[in-house]
Amino acid sequence: MSVPFLESVLLGAILSGTPLLYAALGEVIEERAGIVNLGLEGVMLMGAVTSFAITVQTGSAALGVLAGATAGSLFNLILALLVVTRRANQLASGLALMFFGVGLSALLGAPYIGSRIAGLNPLEIPTLAHLPYLGALFRSDILVYLAMPAAALVWWGLFRTRWGLSLRAVGENPTAAYAAGYSPRAIQYQALFIAGLFGGIAGAELSIGIAKTWAEWMTAGRGFIAVALVIFSRWHPLRTVWGAVLFGGAVALQLQLQARGASVSPFLLDTLPYLLSLGVVLIWAGGRHHAAPASLGRVFEGTE
Amino acid sequence: MASADARRFRPDSVRAALRVTGLFGLAFALFAVVLLAAGKDPIRAYGDILSSTLFSSYGFSEVVVKMIPLMLTALAVAIPARIWLINIGAEGQLFMGALFTTWGAAHFAALPAWALLPLVAALGFLGGGLWAAISGVMRAHGWVSETISTLLLNYVAIFIVSFFVFGPWKDLESANYPQTPEFPAAARLPMFFGTRVHLGLLIALVALTLYHLVLTRTRWGLEIRAIGGNIEAARRSGIAIGRYILVLMFVGGGLAGLAGMGEVSAIQGRLRPSLSPGFGYTGFLISWIAGGNTYGIVASALLMAVITAGGDVLQMAHRLPGSVVNILMALMLFVVLTRRRMP
Repeated sequence: MSVPFLESVLLGAILSGTPLLYAALGEVIEERAGIVNLGLEGVMLMGAVTSFAITVQTGSAALGVLAGATAGSLFNLILALLVVTRRANQLASGLALMFFGVGLSALLGAPYIGSRIAGLNPLEIPTLAHLPYLGALFRSDILVYLAMPAAALVWWGLFRTRWGLSLRAVGENPTAAYAAGYSPRAIQYQALFIAGLFGGIAGAELSIGIAKTWAEWMTAGRGFIAVALVIFSRWHPLRTVWGAVLFGGAVALQLQLQARGASVSPFLLDTLPYLLSLGVVLIWAGGRHHAAPASLGRVFEGTE
Repeated sequence: MASADARRFRPDSVRAALRVTGLFGLAFALFAVVLLAAGKDPIRAYGDILSSTLFSSYGFSEVVVKMIPLMLTALAVAIPARIWLINIGAEGQLFMGALFTTWGAAHFAALPAWALLPLVAALGFLGGGLWAAISGVMRAHGWVSETISTLLLNYVAIFIVSFFVFGPWKDLESANYPQTPEFPAAARLPMFFGTRVHLGLLIALVALTLYHLVLTRTRWGLEIRAIGGNIEAARRSGIAIGRYILVLMFVGGGLAGLAGMGEVSAIQGRLRPSLSPGFGYTGFLISWIAGGNTYGIVASALLMAVITAGGDVLQMAHRLPGSVVNILMALMLFVVLTRRRMP
């Protein structure tokens, strides 16, 4: 394996991993609050299509990112309405949200198919951008640079603030959290709103950061990958960084092998992140600090 | 999926049927607003969808073709759901069933149809069943929740199929097209009436009937309902819960595998990576809407099949993206989800 090959896989891993990381961070927040969102795919698509359309209309990629994030969080509030207010089944609601996002983004995006944009500009970091091999990493767009700080921010928010404590309490035992004076419903709404922001940013990075174009269902399953990634990282925001590089690396490796016409089929390698995720859950099964939030997926029926 | 819902959704309960119809009417009305906003005439669009699906013989036959895998994957979800197991892996189980079927069709190609067809069907069942049983074992031992493992194994199954189709099983004659060679004629499920409606329909209907009879008329059904009702009481009365977890996951996965078998053996005639447009996930929603009720599964599968087929109509006659029908599907689920209290 030549150095350029490894280099392009590593760069590809970070580039493909960035939208995965944002999406997974959002999913960590909502799952820590006790809500599984299988509709992340739809949230990302809404973020992608909105940010692309706004970028075309205004010419400003910054406004595009902002609009994508807003669209993601508003769209995620549909899930909040279903599972928090109406106490509906989370998995069915999530899948329904995914179908909604797929259809709605296709409808909204239809006029923009084939539109061209400059998208998010690469920001060159003076000296580092000219490093051998890794230089290209420092000519990325702003969302790539902000991804790891975002993970740190989520970690800080969840584990070092009072709000994070209450959010995790709701995810573990909403009744106890209620007894302690918190409002589980309000906290879950906040969690879903913020998670939607991240999902929307993930979509924006895909459409105006990486692809600079809009295509129907352009997330191509990345929303589901992000859900798997959260399991892999055992619901911890900092571990999602490694997960994103690993899952993104699998994608990048496949692309590189295909681009080079390699005779080995990369598909077995692609199963690795998922098998590793399963292995991780298996190994840590029962370990208190590594388990899923105790009330994940359950419906808080209130105390009446 | 709960037994309580089966009670609420008895076919003889006219009120429940009326309520569901009303809810779906609301969804159709909401989608009409979406169509209006997109500058289309909703009445013409609905008219076109109906006339080209339910009111044309070819169109209806294609709806039935789509119902076959949907009913089977819905059962794959509904069966484990009787004891509160959440199988979101019907998609992967379908792919594994198709993979095993393809292997059988290639390795026993010399057998006559009367021997080969039952063999590949059994292999399809086995493929999907074993795949689901992996999750069953991990759940029965309390290692990993079946929700997580079935979700993760979906990807693994799809990648394994891609591996074989792009790699060792690739048809060398079809240049860059990723697909296996065509099945021998003896491994093709027969189709009827000059349409693509195939023997899988009978398989699905038999499976639905057995599901209903086993649950309501047998000791197994009684024990399953006991576990679903109160797992602790069932355990204390000596029911082997672990065995039921395994068996129900295996049977459910097996039926999803048969759905995959039908797709490769009848519809496609070969294995391709684009085997399923998400039948497994739609099956999950069908089972959920139906609350596991047998008639409800048939009705919901019909509805979803019509909506899916309607996508092609909207695309061709109304120049809308085909996936716009996903909005209608989602709206239906939303109205059902917001109106029904579910555990």
